[in-house]
Amino acid sequence: MTAPIANRTKAQFTGFQAPRWAEPVVMEMGCPGRRGVVFDDAPAPDLPKGAIRKTAPALPELTEHDALRHYLHLSQMTLGMMGVSLFGTCTMKYNPRIGERAALEHLADLHPLQHPDTLQGVLELYDNFSDFLCEVSGMDQFVFQAGGGADAAYTHACVTRAYHASRGELEQRDQIITTIQTHPCSPATANTAGFEVITLSLEEGGYPSVEQLKSVIGPRTAALMVNNPDDMGIYNPDIKEWVRLVHEAGGLCFYDHANFNGVMTRLRARELGFDACMYMLHKTFGAPKGGGGPAVGAYGCAEHLVPFLPSPLVVKDGDRYTLDDDRPQSIGRVREFWGNAPQVLKAYAWARAMGAEGLRTAADISVLANNYMDKRLSEVKGVSRSNPDVTAPRMEMTRHSVEQVTKDTGCTIVDISNRMTDFGIDALWLSHEPWLVAEPFTPEAGELWSREDIDYWIDVMEHVIHEAYETPEVVKTAPHNAPIHQIKGADMADPAQWATTWRAYTRKHAKRLAAE
Amino acid sequence: MTSIGFLVNPYAGIGGPTARKGSDDPALAAQARSDGMRLTAPLRAVRAMTALVQMYPSVDILTGPGGLGQDIAPAASILPINALSHSASDTSALVAGMQGKVSLILFCGGDGTARDVAAANVSGVPILGIPAGVKMHSGVFARSPERAGQAAAAFLKDPDQPVELVEILDIDEAERRSGRLSAQLFSVARSPVARGVRQNPKAGGGDLLAETDAALAEYVRRMEHGCLYILGPGTTMGALKDRLGGGTLLGVDLARDGAIVDRDLSEEQLLMALADGAKARIVLTVVGGQGFILGRGNQQISGRLINRVGIDRIDVICASDKLNALNPQELTVDTGDVALDARLAGYWQVTTGPGRRQVVRVVH
Repeated sequence: MTAPIANRTKAQFTGFQAPRWAEPVVMEMGCPGRRGVVFDDAPAPDLPKGAIRKTAPALPELTEHDALRHYLHLSQMTLGMMGVSLFGTCTMKYNPRIGERAALEHLADLHPLQHPDTLQGVLELYDNFSDFLCEVSGMDQFVFQAGGGADAAYTHACVTRAYHASRGELEQRDQIITTIQTHPCSPATANTAGFEVITLSLEEGGYPSVEQLKSVIGPRTAALMVNNPDDMGIYNPDIKEWVRLVHEAGGLCFYDHANFNGVMTRLRARELGFDACMYMLHKTFGAPKGGGGPAVGAYGCAEHLVPFLPSPLVVKDGDRYTLDDDRPQSIGRVREFWGNAPQVLKAYAWARAMGAEGLRTAADISVLANNYMDKRLSEVKGVSRSNPDVTAPRMEMTRHSVEQVTKDTGCTIVDISNRMTDFGIDALWLSHEPWLVAEPFTPEAGELWSREDIDYWIDVMEHVIHEAYETPEVVKTAPHNAPIHQIKGADMADPAQWATTWRAYTRKHAKRLAAE
Repeated sequence: MTSIGFLVNPYAGIGGPTARKGSDDPALAAQARSDGMRLTAPLRAVRAMTALVQMYPSVDILTGPGGLGQDIAPAASILPINALSHSASDTSALVAGMQGKVSLILFCGGDGTARDVAAANVSGVPILGIPAGVKMHSGVFARSPERAGQAAAAFLKDPDQPVELVEILDIDEAERRSGRLSAQLFSVARSPVARGVRQNPKAGGGDLLAETDAALAEYVRRMEHGCLYILGPGTTMGALKDRLGGGTLLGVDLARDGAIVDRDLSEEQLLMALADGAKARIVLTVVGGQGFILGRGNQQISGRLINRVGIDRIDVICASDKLNALNPQELTVDTGDVALDARLAGYWQVTTGPGRRQVVRVVH
């Protein structure tokens, strides 16, 4: 839990104003002759002839001070870690600063091409963390190469391909089964790996029935890829039977643990029968994510799939650690070297600090916090819960809807989310595609956010919904106190408008630039 | 020409609160007038107009007198129509009068109004609906009045804004009041593609038209040589027929070896085509909000025909958004043959994209 922002005053509720720095982009800030520190004896880089620039890059000329100030302003305007962020499925956690320090101290001077004899410490860490996650999941080996959750799902699709090929069944087994509420990376990566995807629909209980699953499994089944609980917060209690049925048909079962927070130490994927699973170290395991750093999808599997894991594998040989690259059945690499090592180190530090008891307490708190939110949100006018007929308590997140508010006032969930940023709340997580629930939002408190923060978040939502009924224009034109005004989404679909690099911007908007 | 035709069916939606399942019954409008009932459609029209004018203040509006539009858009030019009838003929007269004068018709109503607008819209002006009816199964309606206004403004401002074909559906209200659902596909109209007003601005790249198109391309590539393909109605099937040389939008056509060989066939003609014992498959899409795959708008594909082809030889292709909008999440059949309907019930795999199928429960 964070230190709560206790005793919020009325002024804190209405007095929020995000920093707004009216500056051009850095490419337009330069002034000829300005510069940072230049060392006379700086060595010239030793580059192959073909890689050496013939002309200097067109970079803006800035002082060190101007550059630092500019980027500090940008960081202030992104609201990062300053608002309250209950961003469902992403499990927003505090990233302990000691992790940054540890990564700098222990990894910054290492290179993965060094001789393994000089990398024993980091290899031991990889091996220990694999053991730790094997204990958490019941699997036999973990690898940390995948650069995120979707990459780990893709790893599984490739492992599935290699496994069935090794048994001479790949041609026959060309279908992967998933559910409509499983995160889209499972069907997408299965398609990418060449499989046909069969998606099951939700039924009365909030998940597909066993009968529906039975209707699609057969000799063509290569694998099942699911998460559980899903983003509605509903746990599929038939999951063990699902795994049994898929195994009976000859398919593999993959557990996408994107929504692991509420069930940490409460279940083990292998004990449910799964052949493989995936954890997102940048979500569940306290490592930074998004703007904070690159991601890691830790992929673990049972013994029968280990030969197919990406290479190289960290192997303990007596009291030494080696990197095994001679693995003929391996799917090869899904990313360079051993993945994002600094993230692995930060997550390892977090996991060791938490320990088994800490993980259990965190899981319980996150379920408790969500059910507290459920109760309070159920009392907010116009807010409804997905699958209202399902009475079982939700896990660590619940999908809600403001459809009634939209019908009554015309204010959509996007309008409400925009307006909530005016009170220091990070934009809401709405829903993965497809939107089965109209005007959805999916908050998740995890174990981080204090009751005061959760209450504040709900107070703000209640206030904004009240505004939607009383002064809808204020909500529809929001944000008003944020670093930027409302973004018009229409241009996002128009390649002539958007640009992701300065070069593209100057090409697409030459006229506008000339006019300025 | 950037003017917009605007019309309101002031009586749209009045049957809703009284559970009349629709407002087509002329007696309802008369009663509403005599009771001084508070009409909701004009309020929704105001919301759309406010959004439209906010985005496009100088918009040039052409509308009808009084409650048909003038009350809501007083500055608009008025199309005079003879003697207000307080019925569908007001809509028809206005739409007829707008032909050739506007680049978009924005109407406020429900499926019945959409049907009347589409029928009178002889030159195929793009149309867009402000949702205000009891039933709104047609694809022509925006998700909210505000979005209708915004989409209209975006369309008028950008001459290159694309249009797509949408289905105009309506339910036979007399049948529905007697407890029988009967959604019919009445026609197809052009409507602005709702760019930028999509429901999830973070979805960005999702392009369901391309997805469906790729699914159709894959289907065509895998079509079996020598097999007869019985192709049902609807815009998705229309796109499939386009890939096979072009067929009808509302009829059942026949294809063989990669080309349409016959169009708009009756049940008898279809049975005749199969008389020589040829192998066949039936290809369908989902019609409208009720999720019908058989028995609505495609009655030519009868129980007899299905029994002849084989119930395991039916393919369904449908965009995933259409499936996911179903509430409850199920499809339905009504072939008129109860025993056959029971055999058709169960879990079907619907093709939603290239290499993608979604399982949906079919009930009867």
